[in-house]
Amino acid sequence: MMKKILPFVIAFLVAMPVRAELVIEITRGVENPFKIAVVPFRVKSAGAFDADLARLIESNLERSGQFVRVRRETMLSLPGPDDQIFYRDWRAIDSEYTVVGSLERGNQGLIVRFGLYDVYGEKLVFPMERIPGEIDSLRDIGHYISDRIYEALTGLKGIFSTRLLYVSAERRSEKDQTFKLILSDADGGRPQTIFQSSEPILSPAWSPDGSRVAYMSFRGKRAGIYVQTLATGEIQKVSDFPGLNSAPSFSPDGRKLVLTLSRDGNPELYVANLRTGQLDRMTNHFAIDTEASWSPDGRSILFTSSRGGKPQLYMMNVSDKTVKRVTFDGDYNSNGAFTPDGESIVFVHRTNDRFHIARMNLKTREIRILTETDLDESPSVAPNGTMLIYATSSEGRGLLGLVSMDGRVRVRLPSASESVREPAWSPFFN
Amino acid sequence: MNILKQAKTVGIIAILAVLAGCAGQVNESAQGPSKVESDAERAAREARQAEFLAKQEAAKADQQAANLAAKTAEQLRNNAMAADTLFFFGFDKSDLSQDALDDLDAHAKYLAADRSAKVRLEGHADERGSRAYNLALGERRSNAVARYLVIQGVNRSQIESMSYGEERPLSLSRDENGWSRNRRVELIYQ
Repeated sequence: MMKKILPFVIAFLVAMPVRAELVIEITRGVENPFKIAVVPFRVKSAGAFDADLARLIESNLERSGQFVRVRRETMLSLPGPDDQIFYRDWRAIDSEYTVVGSLERGNQGLIVRFGLYDVYGEKLVFPMERIPGEIDSLRDIGHYISDRIYEALTGLKGIFSTRLLYVSAERRSEKDQTFKLILSDADGGRPQTIFQSSEPILSPAWSPDGSRVAYMSFRGKRAGIYVQTLATGEIQKVSDFPGLNSAPSFSPDGRKLVLTLSRDGNPELYVANLRTGQLDRMTNHFAIDTEASWSPDGRSILFTSSRGGKPQLYMMNVSDKTVKRVTFDGDYNSNGAFTPDGESIVFVHRTNDRFHIARMNLKTREIRILTETDLDESPSVAPNGTMLIYATSSEGRGLLGLVSMDGRVRVRLPSASESVREPAWSPFFN
Repeated sequence: MNILKQAKTVGIIAILAVLAGCAGQVNESAQGPSKVESDAERAAREARQAEFLAKQEAAKADQQAANLAAKTAEQLRNNAMAADTLFFFGFDKSDLSQDALDDLDAHAKYLAADRSAKVRLEGHADERGSRAYNLALGERRSNAVARYLVIQGVNRSQIESMSYGEERPLSLSRDENGWSRNRRVELIYQ
């Protein structure tokens, strides 16, 4: 059943120039991507801007796999928003859509204007827009414009203004490492360290409103679950019992965390009420129960258990704590997460001794393997459900990859230098 | 343990022998005419003497037992320090290999003899599979070692058990050679 995705049609291969900030490699795209030309934004006031908005937008769109850029060097003219557009110039270079824009410094920051033309329909897709902003919010504006274009053409909500959490590790020796919890833009830009430790940091998870993150870290040699408020940096301890305190996941209402504790001698799932601190034990089995993930409707908890002898995924009904096994294919299925519509799950699946990310439709039970690399783990689905981010490795370094939910679009997001892992995709912020 | 018990028994026998000797002496002197002593006075004196001697002997016996225990503890300590402190496991497994048991026995004997000795057990996993599961697997491994030590007479309070999952690999080789080195429990004296 997992052979269904083959054979693929390799639609295109794009080699991108290496840039300091981010390298995108699209290994395989959709069959008919939108061909889009993003004209360099006209700068209408003195002084340069440190971000190339047009590059940011075309990279964003291309990373979705649903767009392919028309290269800047082939453009016959470079119109701004106030110029007349000659559609034949764009048809000549096979551009279906053309984006034009400008930016200028205003009294209190900057003003960005942009428009999206339908070349074959010979019209603006939506009226020209004007966005006031701050100089240091140029990337936010670029992501906003990318979302606007993506939504207008695909009908889906864009994920370019969302954010990523991941862990980086710098290793000097077995016992001398630096772990950092990093928050970045969805394209990997503007990475900032929000927590750092010489001990491991694991399992970062977003609150449903995107204002807080939960993760496991150590204080001394003692593991604990902490919730950090992003705006203030304030850290709340949820648990630091003897033994395991791991794998937190927020309830959809943001009030509870499901997590793994071994304070009663064995890894079991508990639900912690974040306001009262009250703990409710959810499992009672001598096997490993961990990696819980709450369903979007709040009624189920997906988790990994070795109760069948090997790690497999199980689903718990939260109200009566009854458990049903979900995965039967293969001898290693773990670290599951729901898609935003709640209809599918994604997880780590071992096949032919390699670890891949797979997706299972919960109704049909059909499993589709999405990744081709090895040691793939930690799948986290984008809030619009079109892609997921996962951790993989190459030449001994951890890196992050994106893959579309049908497995056809794969993008690697190598980081600058350190080894990265444990990605978590934020919810929408608006 | 046995040695300690034996030492104690030797001490008790010694005390009883001394008491018997004293009783004999006291009876002899009581028969002499020169000193008049009431029964009560004589009994009290005899009791004081017996108590003094018994204390002396007991202290001696304790000292001997302590010397013996110290000598044994040192031997046990040396054995433990010479024993392996890395214990390896199969993939997704947490059962102890036969190989590990001899070394663990040496650690257990020392820890049981010296209650002030403490160890930390750090469980680890290889990089395959998911990280949180591997964290739990590492804990299972360190708990398996802890359980064995407790069965061998070590106090639970002497053992600190924790897991690093796959976060602190010994080997960076991405093959069975490397992975088998990383699936381990490290025993560290505190």
